Amino acid sequence: MQRFSLGWNLIRIYTFLVYVFLFAPIVVVIVLAFNPKQFGIFPMEGISLRWFVKLAQNESIIEAFQNSLVLGSLTAVIATAIGILAALAFIRFEFPAKNTINTLLLSPIMIPEVVLGVALLLFLRWLQQPKSFVLLLIGHVVLTLPYVLLIVQARLVGIKKEYEEAAKSLGANAFQTFREVTFPLLLPAILAGGLFAFTISFDDITATLFWATAQNQTVPVKIFSMLRNSISPEINALGAVMIVLTVATPLLGGYLSRRFSRAKP
Amino acid sequence: MKSDKWKPWALLAPSMSAVLFLLVIPVCFVVVYSFWLRAPSGADIPAFQLGNYAKFFEDFFYPRILIRTIRIAFETVLLCVVMGYIPAYFFYRSESRFRKVFLLLIMLPFWVSFIIRTMSWINIMGDSGLINHVLIRIGLIDTPFSMLYNEFTVLMGLIMYLLPFMVLNIYVSLEGIDKSLLEAARCLGCTEWQAFREVTLPLSLPGVSAGCLLVFVLTAGTYLPPMILGGPGNDMIANLIFKRVIGTLDWPFGSAISVILLSLLFVIVWTYNRYLGINQIFKSFQGN
Repeated sequence: MQRFSLGWNLIRIYTFLVYVFLFAPIVVVIVLAFNPKQFGIFPMEGISLRWFVKLAQNESIIEAFQNSLVLGSLTAVIATAIGILAALAFIRFEFPAKNTINTLLLSPIMIPEVVLGVALLLFLRWLQQPKSFVLLLIGHVVLTLPYVLLIVQARLVGIKKEYEEAAKSLGANAFQTFREVTFPLLLPAILAGGLFAFTISFDDITATLFWATAQNQTVPVKIFSMLRNSISPEINALGAVMIVLTVATPLLGGYLSRRFSRAKP
Repeated sequence: MKSDKWKPWALLAPSMSAVLFLLVIPVCFVVVYSFWLRAPSGADIPAFQLGNYAKFFEDFFYPRILIRTIRIAFETVLLCVVMGYIPAYFFYRSESRFRKVFLLLIMLPFWVSFIIRTMSWINIMGDSGLINHVLIRIGLIDTPFSMLYNEFTVLMGLIMYLLPFMVLNIYVSLEGIDKSLLEAARCLGCTEWQAFREVTLPLSLPGVSAGCLLVFVLTAGTYLPPMILGGPGNDMIANLIFKRVIGTLDWPFGSAISVILLSLLFVIVWTYNRYLGINQIFKSFQGN
């Protein structure tokens, strides 16, 4: 590779510009969260924390945050649990129609979220049930399950079957083998899958807007209803909090999983 | 191993029942509902009639939205390839110590809420937004000019959302190329550009096409960018579904539009799978 050739420099500049494009909206939200002005966007007139203070005093936003956190955590736990079981079936066993079933379980990725939103709501309507937290939860589990499945499967392929067979031949039963051998080896993928599920659930808006009610608002739904008026510094402040939260989580998760995998090679 | 036969099914039971009861059956309901009648009272009457579909194709109003959706999806796909290939190639060839950091950064937008990234374009392109502010400051214009609420801003929002998917798909496919092939091409006298054109580019096409399919499907199924960044004339098919179901509570018609959207995507995905194979798409999520 000619590292200093003209072509390579152009590639670097191009890549840099794409980064600018991708990050400008994110950076601008964080900067404007400190904008003291009530109306208009730029120019900024100093730096102020007043919108963060206002956020902390807004009970409906705090409630939305609690809803989002509970929903995201429950989604992550359930999707990861059933995702691990399915991944074990796909990687460790042979059975008929394997590929078809795999495609079926991954299909939520390829089905437009708007259709999924309508479909689940319609089903609920037919069952004559009101919208509730449970609807959000099961909907988010379906949305996140394919991602968890993919991440756990990819890791499970790399764990040799021999380890499990060794444990079994030493007298461990299936559950003990899983708890003592497979689970610790799988832990980084479980953490990664769970975190991914959490952030997808925490950030989801397209389908969630169909399922949420006034009592079960999540943070993105709250932002959406605030946007009805117009963009305000308060939304930017809320956005900044969301960004810090959802970006810090995977970074922490990546760090933890690297530590775990180093401890147990 | 005969006694093992039930085991995979036991492991699969929770996830299969989740997908069956929460996805397959509800989607079947949408199909059934699309044939129902809507009474003036607002109640839905079970029926088997094609009135909802006839209403869609009655005049040009609805088909125009469908065609617009397809056109915007193609534009998004094209722009994502143009904007995404070079960064993916950069990650593949870069020998920088910070390569991992660059890659992590391109994934970062995945973790930032879609609605925040979308609405932030208002901060940038609004009347008192960043671009107008800068242009006025340097004296190019006196009064702010409006850039928002048209198809261009909708495209910006869509690309912002989908570009990381494209970059990742292309990168995964580039990473799979044996670098010794490139060395061989160079040894045989190819220039850097020829080696790229004859070796790298063709071998990376599976990733490009997987990215294209993913971006197309996701574009066709989203309503947020047109809703937040578009004007009245920029609605896409998903906006129509949202308005009919949540706005006017017209379930049968909303279901019929959903079925039309699903059929369109099904034809595209089926054709793609038939000629190219769908599994490439899932690879990009397994990386790291």
